[in-house]
Amino acid sequence: MILINLAGFVLIGLIVWWFWLYRPVASVSSAKQTIKVADGIYTPAHIKIPAGKPTTLNFLREDKAPCSEMLLVPDLGISVSLPINKAIAIEIPASPAGSYAFHCQMKMYRGDITVE
Amino acid sequence: MNSPRVAKHPIILDIQGASCAGCVAKIEKSLKAVPGVTSAEMNFADRTATIEGDVASETIIDAITQAGYGAKESENESEADTLAEKEAADAQYYQQLMRNVVVSLSIGVPLMIYGLFIGEMSVTTSMERLVWGIIGFLTLATMVLAGRSFYIGAWKAFRTHSANMDTLIALGTGTAWLYSIAVVSAPSLFPEIARHIYFEATTMIIGLINLGLALEVKARGRTSEAIKRLIGLQPKTARVIRGDEEVDIPIDDVVIGDKLRVRPGEKIAVDGRVVEGHSSIDESMLTGEPVPVVKAIGDEIIAGTLNKSGSLLYGATRVGMHTALSQIIASVKKAQNSKPPIGRLADKISEYFVPAIMIIAIVSALIWANFGPEPNIAFVIISATTVLIIACPCALGLATPMSVMVGMGKAAEAGVLIRNGEALQTASQITAMVLDKTGTITEGKPDVTDILPVSDLDKSDLLAVVASLETGSEHPLAEAIIEAAKAQDLSLEKVTDFHAHSGQGVSGKVGGKTVLLGNASFMNHNEIDISAQVDVAQSLASQAKTPMFIAINNQFTGIVAVADPIKSDSKLAIQRLQAQGMKVIMLTGDNSATAKAVAAQVGIDQYHAEVMPEDKLAHIESLQMAGEIVGMTGDGINDAPALAKANVGFAIGTGTDIAIESADITLMRGSLHGLADAVAVSKATLKNIKQNLLGAFIYNVAGIPIAAGILYPIFGILLSPIIAGGAMAFSSLTVVTNANRLRLFKAQQH
Repeated sequence: MILINLAGFVLIGLIVWWFWLYRPVASVSSAKQTIKVADGIYTPAHIKIPAGKPTTLNFLREDKAPCSEMLLVPDLGISVSLPINKAIAIEIPASPAGSYAFHCQMKMYRGDITVE
Repeated sequence: MNSPRVAKHPIILDIQGASCAGCVAKIEKSLKAVPGVTSAEMNFADRTATIEGDVASETIIDAITQAGYGAKESENESEADTLAEKEAADAQYYQQLMRNVVVSLSIGVPLMIYGLFIGEMSVTTSMERLVWGIIGFLTLATMVLAGRSFYIGAWKAFRTHSANMDTLIALGTGTAWLYSIAVVSAPSLFPEIARHIYFEATTMIIGLINLGLALEVKARGRTSEAIKRLIGLQPKTARVIRGDEEVDIPIDDVVIGDKLRVRPGEKIAVDGRVVEGHSSIDESMLTGEPVPVVKAIGDEIIAGTLNKSGSLLYGATRVGMHTALSQIIASVKKAQNSKPPIGRLADKISEYFVPAIMIIAIVSALIWANFGPEPNIAFVIISATTVLIIACPCALGLATPMSVMVGMGKAAEAGVLIRNGEALQTASQITAMVLDKTGTITEGKPDVTDILPVSDLDKSDLLAVVASLETGSEHPLAEAIIEAAKAQDLSLEKVTDFHAHSGQGVSGKVGGKTVLLGNASFMNHNEIDISAQVDVAQSLASQAKTPMFIAINNQFTGIVAVADPIKSDSKLAIQRLQAQGMKVIMLTGDNSATAKAVAAQVGIDQYHAEVMPEDKLAHIESLQMAGEIVGMTGDGINDAPALAKANVGFAIGTGTDIAIESADITLMRGSLHGLADAVAVSKATLKNIKQNLLGAFIYNVAGIPIAAGILYPIFGILLSPIIAGGAMAFSSLTVVTNANRLRLFKAQQH
């Protein structure tokens, strides 16, 4: 019984660490990064772009679920409806350093742009 | 790729790789070097190049490639095509989901019926082991066939440290299946009463969730009906004059300057200006204005509106994505995707929701393991599975956007363009509505009503002098005076030394004489004695006319009065605003007698007269200081600072002149009913959002503890995972359906 309880608490600890505490490393973006929207996630989900320079990110939605249709970058006022199977270029204006979240309307698909 | 073609009209290319403004010159230079190109211009902001000349687009693309950049033909894809594509994709997705439903329910339903009415779903004999083993395999096949996307999605999300709906479904159904298959493989490890099989739960949950998703796709389609209707307004072809002929061409081929013909009963193809003919046009689909508008030579007409009576010839002024209709569609689409602040809490919750549910499931399982009755392993599995399945972040996440989608569309139907979710929410909370008088309550097209000379000058001489002075001004009152002079064919002189004294009047030199025109305080300021005519002026003002004093060479010479008629429906619309619980306040630069007369006629008891433009700001600020949430309605140009200062700025438009960016909310028709409609639709949408959020919160807050077994110790009730699956699937459908109820909202236009 003690073992079961212990296993339970370890599992809770792992969930907290894996989903909340872990900070993923952003992949460095080239000028023409394509972000795939498929199977419920963005790939890559963590993008790094230079500060003070406009950047274009291409989004290619392969996911048919209606949830994946909207792409929002609230801090940059971007809100785009993504067509299926057609890459769409999103202009990221020159922005100050910081982290800008992008996500679907319900924040189930999530990613972030690190500007530095 | 199209076959090479020679361009008759500009070629528009998307340019790639132009990272600095310096590239522009280089690209333009290389374009101009191409034989046949007459002009080439690059727009750095949207990275497009427009090329004119007798040249094939392929030649130009080659030239740009050689210059070291990339280019492709701009896809000016029409909204209708995009919409059709989306609908086709949705229909395909629906089909796929329904196939999944059939596959999983065809196994799940018989299993469930067996478990409920016929036999025990447990393993005791080796024959049962064999049968359940086969069913376990069939269940696995169902999971792969109909539930694949959940497991793939869950795994991919997990790898990127995120968790979503798929995670919960995969964990819930996976746990049930793994436990069952463990019982089948090694029954001896489990006490006899714990050898229950949950294959029916796995298949039913997959089936029900697929069904919920399918119905949601259908319901979501309906939420964008309003935008579909707007897109449907755009005709696909236009009748263009080519030489002596009228030919039908695709709408995308119309260019600015083309002459087009529209017959009675047809829709206007592109924005344009009438060059021949006379007709009445129904603009209700765009502006919400029910009365057709008469259009004659020189008048602007808008794409998508309906020509009722006569045949018109017009020149195209805006085409493609630049037409008012396209811009309205773009603005509505943008607004539909923005979120009012009320949805932020739900967003925050959504972010932490899934891992939190996983933790709750583990905690609940541990409680059952420690304190539950025998066979506690069965209770552990049921409660954990049920918690994972019943939790629905979707309902919470959809609550706000679905209502906003429908609400913004409804507003657009009433001729109200709401910039974003924040404006929508604030508009529903307005406690004080400030209205500018001129152009808002009144027509904004004043007429000269009285000319009263007090010197030896006769009426037309006086009018000529004043009109000459006013040629320097852009004030609406000036226009009225000039119009009146033109109507009498008076010849006007040149004005020099013209000065406009904000909120007071104007001065200048006409024919060597210094002429002053303005209100009483302007005269007093210039030490001109008007005492003899103050009574006359006051009686004019009490008839809602605006009297202006005239002085020539510092000598009082007369009064000219101008009246701006009140819009016929202003009174009713203001009553609607008051009935909605708002204080209605009028601001005007006019004198207090005129203001009083107008206010009385429309039923406003709070007004401020002789307000300078810059003082409007101060009035709004003081209302805000007093704790009011202030809406300000004005023409969007003169009132821009006040509109920006107010909690919600409403710009009252006139058909084509849509200043979408200047205000939080743009009313496309001049009537104040648009304002009342805007507030009504905001209130209805916010109410709908609150219902959705409340429903979703209650559902999760009540559902999760019940799933965890909180009712068991008292009532002996433990939810079945199948019920949880059904509840989850239909909770988000309920949200979308409730949002769709907003479609029934009717703007009370008169």
